[in-house]
Amino acid sequence: MPEPLHRSLGLTDDEAESIRQILGREPNHLELAMYAVMWSEHCSYKSSRVHLKRLPTEGEGVLVGPGENAGVVDVGDGIAAALRIESHNHPSAIEPYQGAATGAGGILRDIFTMGARPIALMDPLRFGSLDDARSRWIAEGVVSGISGYGNSVGVPTVGGETVFDETYADNPLVNVLCLGLLPKERLVLGQATGVGNLAVLLGSTTGRDGIGGVSVLASAGFGDEESDADKRPSVQVGDPFEEKRLIEACLELLDAGLVVGIQDLGGAGITCATSETASRGGMGMDVDVRAIPLREEGMEPFEIMTSESQERMLAIVEPGGLDQVLAICEKWEIRASVIGKVTDGGALRILDGWDGEVLAEVPAASLHDAAPLYHRPIAAPAGWSEADRRLAGPPMPESVDAGKELLDMLADTSWVSSQYDHQLFLNTVEGPAGDAAVLRLKHPATGADTGRALALTTDGNHRWCAVDPRRGTAMIVAESVLNLAVVGARPVAVVNCLNFGNPEHPEVMWQFSEAVDGMTEACLAFGLPVIGGNVSFYNESRGSDIDPTPVLGVLGVVDRLERRPPGTTLVAGHRLLLVGVTQPELSGSLWARNQGHRGGVLPALDTAVHAAVAGAVRTLVTGGLVSGAHDVSSGGLGLALAEMAVRSGVGVSVARIAGAAELFSESPSRAILAVAPEVLTNVENVLEHAGVPYARIGVAGGDRITVKDLLDLPLAEAVGVWRDRLPHALGEGTVQG
Amino acid sequence: MCESWAMRYSVQVEVRLRPGIADPQGATIERSLPHLGFDGVSEVRVGKMIRFVIDAADEAAAAAEAEDMCRRFLTNPVIEDSEVTVSVLEGAPA
Amino acid sequence: MSPRVGVVLFPGSNCEMDVQEAVRGLGGDAELLWHGDATVGGVDAVVVPGGFAHGDYLRPGAIARFSPVMAAIQAFAADGGPVVGICNGFQVLTEAGLLPGALQKNRGLKFLCTMATLEVASTDSVLTSACTVGQQLQVPINHFEGNYTCDPETLAALRAEDRVVLRYVGNPNGSMDDIAGVCNESRNVVGLMPHPERAISPLLGSDDGVPLLRSLLAAAGAAAGATVGA
Repeated sequence: MPEPLHRSLGLTDDEAESIRQILGREPNHLELAMYAVMWSEHCSYKSSRVHLKRLPTEGEGVLVGPGENAGVVDVGDGIAAALRIESHNHPSAIEPYQGAATGAGGILRDIFTMGARPIALMDPLRFGSLDDARSRWIAEGVVSGISGYGNSVGVPTVGGETVFDETYADNPLVNVLCLGLLPKERLVLGQATGVGNLAVLLGSTTGRDGIGGVSVLASAGFGDEESDADKRPSVQVGDPFEEKRLIEACLELLDAGLVVGIQDLGGAGITCATSETASRGGMGMDVDVRAIPLREEGMEPFEIMTSESQERMLAIVEPGGLDQVLAICEKWEIRASVIGKVTDGGALRILDGWDGEVLAEVPAASLHDAAPLYHRPIAAPAGWSEADRRLAGPPMPESVDAGKELLDMLADTSWVSSQYDHQLFLNTVEGPAGDAAVLRLKHPATGADTGRALALTTDGNHRWCAVDPRRGTAMIVAESVLNLAVVGARPVAVVNCLNFGNPEHPEVMWQFSEAVDGMTEACLAFGLPVIGGNVSFYNESRGSDIDPTPVLGVLGVVDRLERRPPGTTLVAGHRLLLVGVTQPELSGSLWARNQGHRGGVLPALDTAVHAAVAGAVRTLVTGGLVSGAHDVSSGGLGLALAEMAVRSGVGVSVARIAGAAELFSESPSRAILAVAPEVLTNVENVLEHAGVPYARIGVAGGDRITVKDLLDLPLAEAVGVWRDRLPHALGEGTVQG
Repeated sequence: MCESWAMRYSVQVEVRLRPGIADPQGATIERSLPHLGFDGVSEVRVGKMIRFVIDAADEAAAAAEAEDMCRRFLTNPVIEDSEVTVSVLEGAPA
Repeated sequence: MSPRVGVVLFPGSNCEMDVQEAVRGLGGDAELLWHGDATVGGVDAVVVPGGFAHGDYLRPGAIARFSPVMAAIQAFAADGGPVVGICNGFQVLTEAGLLPGALQKNRGLKFLCTMATLEVASTDSVLTSACTVGQQLQVPINHFEGNYTCDPETLAALRAEDRVVLRYVGNPNGSMDDIAGVCNESRNVVGLMPHPERAISPLLGSDDGVPLLRSLLAAAGAAAGATVGA
């Protein structure tokens, strides 16, 4: 007997039964296809929603929380900031260039859908190990794709992360964050209201690209290479020039007040945009499938309704404004077609011509929010109790050659960031090289300089989360807070991109649930609202789940931008202070992973201590009292010092570090400050006044990286290793300059 | 359709860098080939191919039109030249 | 009266707002010139800004050069009006034949966004009159196709006529003779790959673009004065 249609579309038998009950009859093929894409994991969050409800989403200044296309916060002076992060992992695994490019395109549309002009992208990227040829191919393609699309569409990529680890072999993580700004009064939501209003499809034609992308790509794992090749037709191709014109046209439409609601077309295409706008507005919609401009002949209605062709938007406009809408679109050479009409009653009807046959008729809201919610089984791994992990875990190896172990961790990622325009719009005060990006805050309509700045950081750490997803995630929140403090910013809002394995594995759901709890605890402690998020499950290759990888994007505000933040700069003769207390615990560290150690117990995070450290660092940075500042994170104190040295071309001489466990521990709530001798007492007074412990650990200068009794490296050797690692591994023939 | 355009032609325009103009893409490919076991390859040049269909009175007219496009638009004569190939479109209505 | 600088906007341009901000910050007036209008609207100087006009499809600048505004810019330049093409604007001006040579893909075959060190090679141009020969400037570059090339006769002429206005120190992209910017025979049309408008404030890492833009404003001011006097 052939497989029932609903199963080949990715729906379970129970889900098919739910659809029958909603409709009171058998769904036809088109209806089933529409439910299949809308109830896919990617669109419906059916496995994650019961957990995501626990995240704190409210806070001062939150204008729009999770559930819309992007979160929006008030950042003062009549300006609102729209923020969203999304994954494009599976498309990038199959076609790295286009996967990454269309990821950037999609997130941009999420932002200008809110009425915001996109002003910055960030790209947290994770690839398989550098010594794996295919992983290098994926990395090259992804970076080229972001560069090719982001630069051309005219939005600067101001930062991100680049991580290589074998856990991501065959399954890279390509997360993309976008920040946009809007005058508060231009805020617009993705909803269809007003019976008789028109749904106008803007932008590209509709083809067969990306049919069923959300169900095929984003909602199932990967097997062997042959079946990956079979999935290739689903990958979309991006057109940044179309997107650029679409941005300008949409912002002009919004400025002219011609739009009642607007929504981008991403996963699930026209089905998603029409059903979500209608559902949010409490309305229905008639859609004429014949009115949709096509780029291929012979497309079936189910293909048209589920295509994920890129660079399309759906605008809801009043009939009287249609001519003006069409004129603006013509100016920007943007195709515009009336494809739908807002109706009352709540039904989404797909018609073959306005007066033609009804091809599908379903309650719009049932596509949008009636997907089943799954309480999937959860199980902690065996031997999870802290006592077990302390006693029964593998012993931590001894450090053999701390100098060599440090060099193994050094990598300059400017090979990646120099391929991105990170300066457009004249905002970028601190770019990809900093712990966080700093962007001048100008009013998006008038251009008036507020004298303030926004700061952005993206952070993830799969090694911490593999050891302890709950504490690991809390530590990531803490790291973000400190990254912002180092550039003088206070945190205001969080978005998250939760990259996990197969949710049908109870241990993966346990990791997910723990990560949500860890994020909740830390965000509550720091008073941070979570204003949006994205979940990517099924990140696995050949049956092996990736390490749990929640990635956070945190927006901060610099209240007075009087100078550039010090950056990770060293000046010869300046003193080095370590702020915070080191716990000599190596579990979960990059050093431990490099030595082949897994498991153990993560160092503790005390959120009150952390907030005090971050506050004191912020005060010192904004007060111009420090000449260099760097948060201590992956690779510990050792790597943080070495990074400051190689970036500045200035050596360091450090003492009073008890051993490798102190040098490479990643215990939270620590930063290195470089301080001119004449202000050292001032700085120490501020730290003492704040009740923050610190230690004088050494001095900058010379041409060696020396940690007394532990390592002594020529600076030039460290610079060479740091600078050449990526270009050499990725096959760049020569190093520029 | 205009009656004088009796035929449809398929046109291929190969755009290539002029001799003597540095070709960093070609050089990179040439350097990579020996690593993949392809020895003895030289003079690698990267260009681009533009194809279109055109209605014209005859093959010579189609070629002349395409050459004009190349001169004015499809190539940058400072660094590129081109070669036009015209053929009758299979299965086209007369 | 402040000199008026027209900044051309093609579909796909993206530095037009930045150039306007930089010009205004130095006391000039700035306005957009839409590519579809066959006029420069009486401005005193024209900047063709960076970006990806028409997506850089076919070749950077290849489609933009046919926009109606380009004929007006040709006429404006022929009348001696100051015209500066920055990055994609430089590519457009070479495609349009207003400047010699062409911009190929970078030697490293990668897009390159980084700070570059420039050396002023000639002060006899509308973009460098306020500089001194040999002066070094920190100005960012941001391009994939910035590798300047031309035939040997053209290069010889550029050198003989002192028309190379800016050179790279530490050539980042393979440009012939380290060329970062050139001017036309009348010295009123200049094209350069680096972005002076991105170097207007220490907050952004450099203000070395200021003398370049001041030179342009001075030329625009002179043009404005001439118009008023006429």
